[in-house]
Amino acid sequence: MSFADVIAQLGFGERGWGLALLEGALMTLLVSIAGLLIGAALGSLVAWSKLSGNIISAAVGNAYAAIFRGVPELLVVYFVYFGSSALLTGLGNLIGIEGFVGVPPFAAGALAVGIVSGAYQAEVYRGAYLAIARGELEAAKSVGMARLLMFRRIIAPQVLRFAIPGLGNLWQVALKDSSLISVTGLAELMRVSQVAAGSTRQPFVFYLAGGALYLLLTTLSNRVFDKAEARATRGLRRAAS
Amino acid sequence: MDLPFIVDTFYRLMGALPVTLSVWALSVSIGGLLAMGLTWMRVSGSKPLEAFARGYIFVFRGAPLLIQLFVIYYGLSSFAFVRASIFWPFLRDAYSCAVLSLALCTAAYSSEIFRGALAAVPHGQVEAAKACGMSRLTLFRRIIFPIALRQALPAYSTEVISMTKATALVSLVTLWDMMSVALKIRNDTLVTYTPLLVAGAIYFVLNFLIARAFMAFEYYLSAHQRRRLV
Amino acid sequence: MNMKLAFGMGVGAVLLFGSAVQAKDWKSVVIGMEGAYEPYNLTDPSGKIVGFEPDLVMDLCGRAKLECKIIAQDWDGMIPGLQAGKFDVIMDGMSITDERKKAIDFSKPYAQVPAAFAAAKASPLAKLPDPGKVYNFNKDPKAADAALQALRTAMKGKTLGVQVSTTHATFADKHLKDVATIKEYKTTDERDLDLKSGRIDAVLDDQTAVASMLSKDDAKDLTFVGPAFNGGDFGVGVGMGLRKADSDLTAKFNTALAAAFADGSVKKYSLKWFKIDTTP
Repeated sequence: MSFADVIAQLGFGERGWGLALLEGALMTLLVSIAGLLIGAALGSLVAWSKLSGNIISAAVGNAYAAIFRGVPELLVVYFVYFGSSALLTGLGNLIGIEGFVGVPPFAAGALAVGIVSGAYQAEVYRGAYLAIARGELEAAKSVGMARLLMFRRIIAPQVLRFAIPGLGNLWQVALKDSSLISVTGLAELMRVSQVAAGSTRQPFVFYLAGGALYLLLTTLSNRVFDKAEARATRGLRRAAS
Repeated sequence: MDLPFIVDTFYRLMGALPVTLSVWALSVSIGGLLAMGLTWMRVSGSKPLEAFARGYIFVFRGAPLLIQLFVIYYGLSSFAFVRASIFWPFLRDAYSCAVLSLALCTAAYSSEIFRGALAAVPHGQVEAAKACGMSRLTLFRRIIFPIALRQALPAYSTEVISMTKATALVSLVTLWDMMSVALKIRNDTLVTYTPLLVAGAIYFVLNFLIARAFMAFEYYLSAHQRRRLV
Repeated sequence: MNMKLAFGMGVGAVLLFGSAVQAKDWKSVVIGMEGAYEPYNLTDPSGKIVGFEPDLVMDLCGRAKLECKIIAQDWDGMIPGLQAGKFDVIMDGMSITDERKKAIDFSKPYAQVPAAFAAAKASPLAKLPDPGKVYNFNKDPKAADAALQALRTAMKGKTLGVQVSTTHATFADKHLKDVATIKEYKTTDERDLDLKSGRIDAVLDDQTAVASMLSKDDAKDLTFVGPAFNGGDFGVGVGMGLRKADSDLTAKFNTALAAAFADGSVKKYSLKWFKIDTTP
């Protein structure tokens, strides 16, 4: 395989996998974002359950976090992928929808990434909430602020601001966990690299190219999160930066 | 609730546990050693060493472990010069490739943890040690290392647990670990949930024990920070 | 509350009756293929699945007046995917075996391909007599067993690569596990890579798939070795896999297949992709 052949295969021509790789990278980005959002929803629920003081909900939240921090992400991906369709089809059959109710690989993959991410995001949100000055919450209560308003104007913005460093880290984790979704067949970056490597029998070239694209995604994400952190913490005095 | 099937699955999975454990133990230890070397490079003050360490950490933390595994197992073996080299007996074996790849990956993460732990050593103690003439080796052995070790434990325990979860990926490069066995049982019997649930339970218990072991170690090391009983 | 309840009941009724109407009226069918089992099916750079089976199935669907869509599915999830309803037909070089018939139904076979071994030209396995000669376990068990014994002796201490959950894996497990090391791979590409790099000594797969692998530039040091086998664990030909409940769909495809055999279309596709005629 000459060097020129390799470039042709990576490129955008007729035999070129370049476009497929870029589309895979886009898919990776989308499924990771979806996963992170699902994780945010689950994580805030768990954080809230732990902070609420209600023993039962705290126990449930703790169990969820402990379980999904303690089992391999690959296992979660397989479990969600195999199980979600079966579950939905079963539910569908109950209400009269015949046949298969499909969960597309994207949804199953995002869900799997989200479930695992949520277990870690819970701690980030909990820590961020505890970092809010008690005085502000007391003041809000003392002027009679409604709970929803207090959440919207005091808690949520500050939790987001303190959570950004942790979230930046977890976003990177989600990006990398998304590579595991390749086992479901979703055409994200890892999967495309695999197919290209198999089809052209050039594993080194294509896995390296895939890796390079992941590094690119990571670098760009870091920039975005750094900017977001700078913006969110402007005017804030902190012990360490 | 087919109890005999669950028990049978459990025994078959436990049969593959040694593979999972040995891959984990080897990659954590080798990775830990590599990490110490990397951290030393990072704080050495020498520009080229620092640059190398930073680049290494960037690559091995930024790319997914799965791609790293595939590059090492499938990618390297596709080169004739690799197959002709002295490393081939080592790289030929899926087990060694897997351990190597996992070790390289954990080295990057662990190195950052160690670096953070080093930075958390109170500067006053280091100054005091230098002031009373401690040699650099003694300074490291009696002041820096113990304090850094204790500081590193929480984050390092998370990393070690990540490694047990990462061993599941070696099933994708032809190693017969617990994950491979669970999937084979599923393929042969078409029973979807049970093998995965049992495997998940075993991983969970494993990680629970590891977490407890680390907590016990932390407790032992922080005796001086607790109130005395007398 | 009344309005919501009424609306909900209305939707439920539509679903119930609607689904009853669309039950078994096959208009569109989803076909599951690996897209990684050259030359049966493979994925081209644009992402399209091409090969012998895509050509054949599109032909059959035209004859049966069905709208067919091909989706990619990993081999080890084929039967579970069919059972779950992800797709309606498996078409992936799947051999018809009694074991599989317990779980799914098959169409009439559309190809008959023996299983063959490949190894390095320099390997001692290349010294086995009559490489590629076909023995049939069902038709001539004595000769086949003799060939198997010769194979077993030659394979002592060697490593054989197969794809998981295939008839080749079953055969290797049954007859070669005690003399050789068997390595199972998720995809044939990964297994072939390991053969080329020398990690495994031989591979076992359908003769046409092996031929396709050997025809590529990077396989010039490899060749067919040892006997080829048919029947027994290898089944009685390659067929489409369908759910047991969909016997009407199976009948549709069998009718279309019969027509395709009659006018030589199957042979045409076979020659195009396999370079040999694989009609059973």
